[in-house]
Amino acid sequence: MVPLNHYLVLSGLLFSIGTAGVFLRRNLITVLLSIEIMLNAVNLTFVAVGRYLNTVDGQIITFFVMTVAAAEAAVGLALVIALFRHRETLNPDAFTALKW
Amino acid sequence: MLLLIPLFPFAGFVVNAFLGRRLSKSISGGLACLAIVASFAVSVASVLRMFGDPSGALQQDVYTWFASGRLNIPFSLRLDHLSALMILVVSGIGSLIHIYSTGYMHEETDGEYARYFSYLNLFASFMLVLVLGANFPVMFVGWEGVGLCSYLLIGFWFRKKSAADAGKKAFVVNRIGDFGFVLGMLLIFATFGTLDFQQVAAAADARAIEHGLGVMTIATLLLFLGATGKSAQIPLYVWLPDAMEGPTPVSALIHAATMVTAGVYMIGRNAVLFSHAPTTLAVVAAIGAATALMAGTIGLVQNDIKRVLAYSTVSQLGYMFLAMGVSAYAAGIFHLYTHAFFKALLFLGSGAVIHALAGEQDLRYMGGLKKYLPVTYWTFLIGAIAIAGVPFFSGFFSKDEILFRTFTSANPAAKLLWTIGAVTSLLTATYMFRLVFLAFHGERRAPSPEAPDRAAAAQAHDAGAHPEAEEPVTHHGKAHGHAGHIHDAPPSMAIPLIVLAIGSVVAGYVGVPHAIGGSNWIESFLEPSFEVSERARRTETLGAEAAPAGGGAEAVRPVSVQREQQGGQSGDSSPELPLMAISSGIALAGIGLAFYFWMRNRAAADAMALRMRGAYNLLLHKYYVDEIYDAAIVQPIKLMSTGGLWRGVDAGLIDGAVNGVGQTIRAGSGALRRAQTGSVRTYAASLFLGAVLILGWYLFR
Repeated sequence: MVPLNHYLVLSGLLFSIGTAGVFLRRNLITVLLSIEIMLNAVNLTFVAVGRYLNTVDGQIITFFVMTVAAAEAAVGLALVIALFRHRETLNPDAFTALKW
Repeated sequence: MLLLIPLFPFAGFVVNAFLGRRLSKSISGGLACLAIVASFAVSVASVLRMFGDPSGALQQDVYTWFASGRLNIPFSLRLDHLSALMILVVSGIGSLIHIYSTGYMHEETDGEYARYFSYLNLFASFMLVLVLGANFPVMFVGWEGVGLCSYLLIGFWFRKKSAADAGKKAFVVNRIGDFGFVLGMLLIFATFGTLDFQQVAAAADARAIEHGLGVMTIATLLLFLGATGKSAQIPLYVWLPDAMEGPTPVSALIHAATMVTAGVYMIGRNAVLFSHAPTTLAVVAAIGAATALMAGTIGLVQNDIKRVLAYSTVSQLGYMFLAMGVSAYAAGIFHLYTHAFFKALLFLGSGAVIHALAGEQDLRYMGGLKKYLPVTYWTFLIGAIAIAGVPFFSGFFSKDEILFRTFTSANPAAKLLWTIGAVTSLLTATYMFRLVFLAFHGERRAPSPEAPDRAAAAQAHDAGAHPEAEEPVTHHGKAHGHAGHIHDAPPSMAIPLIVLAIGSVVAGYVGVPHAIGGSNWIESFLEPSFEVSERARRTETLGAEAAPAGGGAEAVRPVSVQREQQGGQSGDSSPELPLMAISSGIALAGIGLAFYFWMRNRAAADAMALRMRGAYNLLLHKYYVDEIYDAAIVQPIKLMSTGGLWRGVDAGLIDGAVNGVGQTIRAGSGALRRAQTGSVRTYAASLFLGAVLILGWYLFR
């Protein structure tokens, strides 16, 4: 039986990787992928803790998160396509029209 | 029943104010006249009923107006002998002037005509509330109401700047007086705990006569300040001459016969209170005498017919205050009553002249009108004789009574006051007959150089500035335009003149003095109003529980003592006959002077004016009082308002604060908006940083 801590450490690592991806990568699609990694890291935590506490709540919430993530991916990708059509680039730093 | 008296004119006001535009002139004018005549009829009926009442007074408590703690003010009307006289004068002369107005104002358009009559009705209503009010607040309602109507009517032709300005001046000057009145009223409430006239009188009577500057003296002085504003005495008389910008019937009703006497009436109403403040009485007498003399001298040189009458009014009001100041309340009210007749007559007569001459008011361009305006001339002459104090006309009796009572009063300066009164009497006779001779006698002088303008202006304002009425195409326009066709007063104007002329002759016979075999009925008639009534005294003694059990009619009270002294004086008529002879002589001398200067030898008047150029100019410019007030009060206030309040406080402080707040926020936001880079990753980073910080705070604190 793998102890809970291992799951939490793994999940923390995955979350950090995702976060770093969001901030450091310069491609919007990669940013979206990084967000997915973060979400899944959280999902892992939920499931692990749910198992540890002997409840199904963690698994239920995971389903919710997956659903939302799917919707988010759909919207996000649609936005990315629209932005690309507009600017011919996917670098997030190019989109600074909304200032001052 | 009493409520109906002011209610009739008020109903007339409501109808004319709201439906007037749709009514024809004859209907709106007739309605207004009907309202005031109905009020007069009810007044007569009420007075008759009052005579039948054993208590000699009627009171109607309409409802409790407000009650709060100690303060309980019913809306009560009270009819006693004093207010009986006043309501008869107000509604009676008011009726005549309403009727006169239907003729005088007939050139106005329907709407203006109705507006005029609605104001006139409203005025009558408020004036009746003023005189019938049984306590200070009710009187104050009328007091302020007549002030409002005065303002509205002076500025009736508000398109003319001078008229609008005069209205404002009257209003502002009156506010100064009213300020005093309100303070006096508050002080009385604070001192006596009541505002009912009778209770105040009883409470004042229970106190010793107050020498020096005590609370009753201060209260009465404040009330007197209100009276100087309303009744045009020094220092607040300046509005009255300017008030002549209003239509002439208004000058007759409001600024001669009724409203301006409100101050005199108010002092009469509070006679007991004033009697307990001899200091105030001395001030009242001094101000009255000074005003009488000053206005009389100004009246001597003015050239505007209505202004002469206005100064004459101020001067006669001074007489009334002189009478009040020497505790001759009945004499003052008697003069108020006779003055109402002859001064209304004189004003209406001058209105007939002005009407006939299409708005010409300058005496220098009149003359010889006797031939064209016989009715006006004869009635005007009677009025002038009455005011001059020629024996056996009404003014003689009342003025003589005042002079006599002044002469024999306890006031240390009685002889001086009498001298001033006598000199003023000479002046009165002189300037009135100057007016008569200049306007009606001699040659008809050329119309003033600006006559066409004047006539046009008069037409324009008569017609309420309706351009089509300016062309003299109507038969009236023609009649007004040419000197040859000057027409005498139409019946609607002539009848009031004649009635008032009769009144000016006979009104004085209610007060024929004892010295020449009369009974001075009016004095004994009015006397109950100037002392504490039995009912009020009884409630007072019950409340105070200080007086002996029999403290009713027999109890010797300060006021009764004083009154008996006065009674003794008037019984002792030794100086009265000589004084009467002197004042008759003075009146005739004044007329003689006027005859010499303005009939026989007009060059002498001009030469005199030239020789005494300084004095003449001083008088012509009314002692420069308007200029002094302007320099001493108006300009500093203006300066302070412009430099201090406007530029300093408003523009500097208030605008500065408002704009300062705006600018600070703007500058702060300017700095803050630099944070808004538009870079998504910066936002995300700051979001993350924030989340980490909050988490860290919870985890590691």
